[in-house]
Amino acid sequence: MAAMMELFNLERSFKIGRSTVRAVDGVNLRVNEGEVVCVVGESGCGKTTTGKMAVGLLRPTGGEVRYRGKDIWQMTPAEFRKYRQAVQIIHQDPYSSLNPTQTIGDILAAPLMRHSIARNRLDARNRAAELLRTVDLTPPNDFLDKYPHQLSGGQRQRVSVARALTVHPSFIMADEAVSMLDVSIRVSLLKMLGRFRKEMGMTYLFITHDLAVARFFAWDGRIAVMYLGRVVEIGPTPRLIGEPQHPYTKALLSAIPEADPRATRNKERVALRSMDVPSLKNVPPGCSFHPRCPLFVPGLCDVEVPKLTDIGHATEVACHVVAAEHARAEGSKVPG
Amino acid sequence: MQTPVLANSRSSLAGGSASGAAQEPTLKVDDLWVNYKTQRGAVQAVRGVSFEVGLGETLAFIGESGCGKTTLGLALIRLLPKTAVIPRGKAIYSRNGLATDLLKMDQGALREFRWKECAMIFQGAQNAFNPILRIRDQVLDTAQAHGESNPNRVRERVLELFRLVSLDPERVLNAYPHELSGGMRQRVLLALGLLLDPQLIILDEPTTALDILTVRSVIEVLRDLRKQIDFSLILISHDLSLAAELADRVGTMYAGMLVEVANVMDTYYHPYHPYTIGLIRAVPTLSGEHRDLISIPGSPPDLITPPKGCAFNPRCPYATDECREQQPPLLNVGVDHQVACWNWQTVVADQGSRLIMGARAQA
Repeated sequence: MAAMMELFNLERSFKIGRSTVRAVDGVNLRVNEGEVVCVVGESGCGKTTTGKMAVGLLRPTGGEVRYRGKDIWQMTPAEFRKYRQAVQIIHQDPYSSLNPTQTIGDILAAPLMRHSIARNRLDARNRAAELLRTVDLTPPNDFLDKYPHQLSGGQRQRVSVARALTVHPSFIMADEAVSMLDVSIRVSLLKMLGRFRKEMGMTYLFITHDLAVARFFAWDGRIAVMYLGRVVEIGPTPRLIGEPQHPYTKALLSAIPEADPRATRNKERVALRSMDVPSLKNVPPGCSFHPRCPLFVPGLCDVEVPKLTDIGHATEVACHVVAAEHARAEGSKVPG
Repeated sequence: MQTPVLANSRSSLAGGSASGAAQEPTLKVDDLWVNYKTQRGAVQAVRGVSFEVGLGETLAFIGESGCGKTTLGLALIRLLPKTAVIPRGKAIYSRNGLATDLLKMDQGALREFRWKECAMIFQGAQNAFNPILRIRDQVLDTAQAHGESNPNRVRERVLELFRLVSLDPERVLNAYPHELSGGMRQRVLLALGLLLDPQLIILDEPTTALDILTVRSVIEVLRDLRKQIDFSLILISHDLSLAAELADRVGTMYAGMLVEVANVMDTYYHPYHPYTIGLIRAVPTLSGEHRDLISIPGSPPDLITPPKGCAFNPRCPYATDECREQQPPLLNVGVDHQVACWNWQTVVADQGSRLIMGARAQA
């Protein structure tokens, strides 16, 4: 499969007063054409910053973002414009991402006019109606002249999706796009986004804190787990959820409450050595998870940053202990 | 030790009676209605809710935004905004054989009731500490405001409670709120809620906006507390997984009404109401098969003019003419299981056959 988006050693630091915070610290990630990659992690893990850099909203302080093989910050203005059109964003909060003074029709017409997709106002309105139909807001005439405040949260988020679709993107970065919606509405939105993969060949970088949502949306895709600015594990969804390898992924999965009383009350928990999440201003040396990690090896984990290592099954893990175990298992295999 | 406020202020409590029955539920709510006055008319946020919570029991209210669950909590501690009116209903609170209707309490009795009898922890309250006061001073303020003036006694109780919620008392008492993590502040709040030994705690979305590992620690702390201290807990949450972790019984709310009340196992494994079934089917899970999720079509009704009959009928696949005409009552349909649905038997039969078909397909 062809890589659509590639992140190479991506870094982003922010200056806060006199100290520097590394929100993203050497992220490598590849999203293939038509693929879904979910980035999951807790607040402050750098998932949103990574997403913003992927879509060119934020300039990296190190590394590269390549879109179809080209570094987006080395593109000519014409190339960059094309890239920004091909890559669209769905934000978390449908209450604040739509202009409250414009009707839904105007909100959708603006990008259609700006990118010269619509020939005139009437054409823009017809295309806007078509887009509303695509996102299941029917009949469109019920919505075109309404203002965002007249719609429910779920309907607003559909308008956000319709707006992203105005410019015929091939890549959508969705940042917690369903987190603010009620459960019954969440599913229909996720299913609609999934449908676009089949209908339009859409590629997704889907950012969420909710692993169950990631599992549902990216079942045939991959999940990348981030911790304090680094990817600690990445692999095919069923495998990452079913047989997590990194101790942090294991801890997360064992901690998540589920809507299944027997399963959730009897789940075996991974005990961490510390409950405190280190501050980004003071990231622990070596593996940043080492102060909390049950597998901690002194002299190794607190000294050397573990690299993402291929451990088979298309899974990569950044953990000294797991990588060593894998190497040992491989070494003990009888050759031939 | 605890000073039962009801005994102290008996004279101020209308309807107080010493029945002496030890098994009285802590709270018995009967046909409670809450309306909000708006320019468009009265929004009927809570419409005839009845339930009981026993001592040591955890009752969770689940439902989506606008179903009335937070309004219900606010009504119980009498903190509704001025635009709200309670046209009807009773909420009988009992402790040590003394019962009182908390909807009839005057301001003086309410002052006694809040915190000493009932504490409510609001959504996002972990961010509402005064940023310029140490935790110690905020704890003392609370105790003093509610009549506990002996700082040594307060201190002793706080030390004990902080240990119960796994906080290092010395460190936390001297800290300013910004020095504590969100989960630690939530645990301080839990301890603070228990400070005056209330018998009823209402938690509104206690884990929203907290990280996964923090949510886990709050859940474990709550579970430990339940084992060590006897109190009734009302848990209000849109998060079905939180109720699955902590509840003994679950009340499903829709359009201001309780549509199903059942023990936690029945709610998740044998729900009878089409809305409860819909909710549970719509939640993605981590364990188990990768199954298809089904969303509930349509959206919740406008509560100024709720639909005739069952409020869920416009979205319900089982709706019949009866559902469109008449509101179904909350009926006892099993052990600790109540449902408000005219067609619950059809629903149960249909769900049962679906489960069997699913099992066959797998075999």
